[in-house]
Amino acid sequence: MRPGTTEIDVEQNRFSRRSFLAMAMAAPLGASALASCGTTGPGQAGAGEASVWYLTGQPQEGLRKASVDAFNAAHPDGQLAATFFENDAYKTRIRTAVGANQAPTIIWTWGGGGLRDYVNNGQVDDLTAWFDQNPDVRSRRFDTAFPAATIDGKIYAVPCEQVSPIVMFYNKQLFEQVGAQPPTTWNELMALVPVFNDAGIAPFSLAGQSRWTNMMWLEFLFDRQGGAEVFDAIAAGQPNAWSHPAAIAGLTKVQDLVRANGFVNGFQSIAADANADQALMHQGRAAMMLHGAWTYGSMKEEGGDFVSSGKLGWIPFPAIEGGAGDPSTGVGNPASFVALSSQASEEQKAIALEYFKTGLLSDADVDGWVASGAVPIVKGVDSKFSGPDAPFQQFVYDSATQATSWVHSWDQALLPGPAEQLLNNIEQLFSLSITPEQFATNMNAVPSS
Amino acid sequence: MTSGSVGARQQGSLSWLVLPALVLFTAFGVIPLIGVLVLSFTSWNGIGEITLIGFGNWVSVLADPALVHSLGVTFLIMALSWAVQTPLSILVGVFIAGQQRYRAVLAVLYFTPLLLSSAAIAITYKALLDPNFGLGASLGIPFLVQNWLGDPVLAIATVVFVVSWQFIPFHSLIYQGAVRQIPASLYEAARIDGAGRVRQFFSITLPQLKYTLITSSTLMVAGSMAFFDLIFVLTVGGPSDATRVLALDMYLRGFRGNMMGPASVIALIIVVVAVLLAMGIQRLGGKDAGESQLEGA
Repeated sequence: MRPGTTEIDVEQNRFSRRSFLAMAMAAPLGASALASCGTTGPGQAGAGEASVWYLTGQPQEGLRKASVDAFNAAHPDGQLAATFFENDAYKTRIRTAVGANQAPTIIWTWGGGGLRDYVNNGQVDDLTAWFDQNPDVRSRRFDTAFPAATIDGKIYAVPCEQVSPIVMFYNKQLFEQVGAQPPTTWNELMALVPVFNDAGIAPFSLAGQSRWTNMMWLEFLFDRQGGAEVFDAIAAGQPNAWSHPAAIAGLTKVQDLVRANGFVNGFQSIAADANADQALMHQGRAAMMLHGAWTYGSMKEEGGDFVSSGKLGWIPFPAIEGGAGDPSTGVGNPASFVALSSQASEEQKAIALEYFKTGLLSDADVDGWVASGAVPIVKGVDSKFSGPDAPFQQFVYDSATQATSWVHSWDQALLPGPAEQLLNNIEQLFSLSITPEQFATNMNAVPSS
Repeated sequence: MTSGSVGARQQGSLSWLVLPALVLFTAFGVIPLIGVLVLSFTSWNGIGEITLIGFGNWVSVLADPALVHSLGVTFLIMALSWAVQTPLSILVGVFIAGQQRYRAVLAVLYFTPLLLSSAAIAITYKALLDPNFGLGASLGIPFLVQNWLGDPVLAIATVVFVVSWQFIPFHSLIYQGAVRQIPASLYEAARIDGAGRVRQFFSITLPQLKYTLITSSTLMVAGSMAFFDLIFVLTVGGPSDATRVLALDMYLRGFRGNMMGPASVIALIIVVVAVLLAMGIQRLGGKDAGESQLEGA
């Protein structure tokens, strides 16, 4: 259950042990509390009050809290109670709560496969009609945000917060040192590998132990090689979808890159949770890195003057010569999402829908996200970008708005079980212990539901 | 032994003392175990309907090569860490059992790993073993710059090393206590017979430590069945599934893959294997359990 590729998720492994212990210790307490009162579980709202569970972690936590506070101040008759959970604890907790019909009114989610799971079990309401009644809510948001909220043609969640695309970062100083230009095609990328290796610089930084970091490469390669339909067929559970020629070609290309020593030595031992992969970039030991847009913030914070002095560069993922995919297609988490629990009372649902409409991405909320360096999913928000982060925000904004389609992070798009199998096989693919064909055979055998 | 009637009366009047432990054990041991047993016959993803599917999970898990692999990894780590820890613990234990002052000082140093939690140890070693920013790279020692956690064989070795580093102090402490219980008269007699230090160690110290060895081994073996935290933080079972021990397999299937049925099957397998192992070790030393080699007993 690696998460979403939201900025908070990089923290997840670091705290998982602690949260696991906390849960273990809280379990008996929770059990006795439930046994003694039996009415409301933890985090449940009182009568006439709607509830929402959010994730902790600054600056997002402060923005989420501010939006709830502002909503409550403006709606004295309909209150919303917010509870905050650490990322890993949240994922276990929300599943347990939804399964026990104790879910909060508003269910925060990464969309995709997790949302599909709720829909299949009738735990969230269909919001299609509500969107038809409130066309503004839909039209002001990025179009690329909606596919991950749409299950079988119906919209079950409201996109909110920020877009987190995967970006190819590079170290401008190292490119000047070897006299090279950032790659625009796959062949150029492969040609750069020996150039940097000869100069004693790792071509690409990669935190291979975290596995989802490797997955981002395949997300792009499948799309650039064969277009969106390759993974769409996989997500739809079509037989032998992993054996598509474009899929095999993408898997082969990644192994070519591994064999050419494209990734930093010992990448299988590097974990993303300590940001060691980013450190390789800003310390000038690796030339490029494919990573989520959220690493911009952490490199700015931890990299000394690396970002502020303009040494950090960014480009879209290179095109593949002869590939069927559109090079403008974005990859990553298109937004965060909130769904409406079908178990909530009519009164609670009314409050939640009002919050969806006026509380989420209100003017003040949008300003807050922009000031934090993020790109909220509102059309035209680029007019608010200013200050030193504006060039990067503009790049992210353009990636999201000019993309013809968007690839949702695979482990979010798939159901949790298959997603775990996928990560296992990706790790073996990158360690060259299985061939592309074996990868496809293994994954074809995984039931998609 | 006092008379039977007094013993019986005491037993009758004091049996309520068992109650708190019994209640806690039932609430947190027996009842969850029954729950897991029931879940092992169902299909449940954590949020949907719980449906009975009979022996489906048992058949699929027992036929899954991943289970054999996890069992193999578990036993391999168990055997290797026993083989590394036991001799070292005995040697350290015997050494610090001596009364010299410098040994007491060293003993304090040896015991520091006991103060650290598994999670802290795992995070620290992960940082120390990082190929780019770890100990080897920082101090410029090429030998230490290895793919410690990324190579299947090295990863197992690393796990065994870290486990041993963490638990040798604990077992040394047990052996230290046991060595100090050995009557000095045995050594005096041996010296009179002309036995040297090495001969004394193998002929007196080791045989006298037999029951301590069994206790320590039971703790090691039962402990390795439940290994989770350290490996979870250090490798998450990786690379690929090279260090995916049973307990980790159970967690990943249950809480990452959301397949509670198969995870419950593995939980029960862990319980059965651990109980069998513990019984087996007890039996190894159990034939003459009533016999004591202590002087005068």
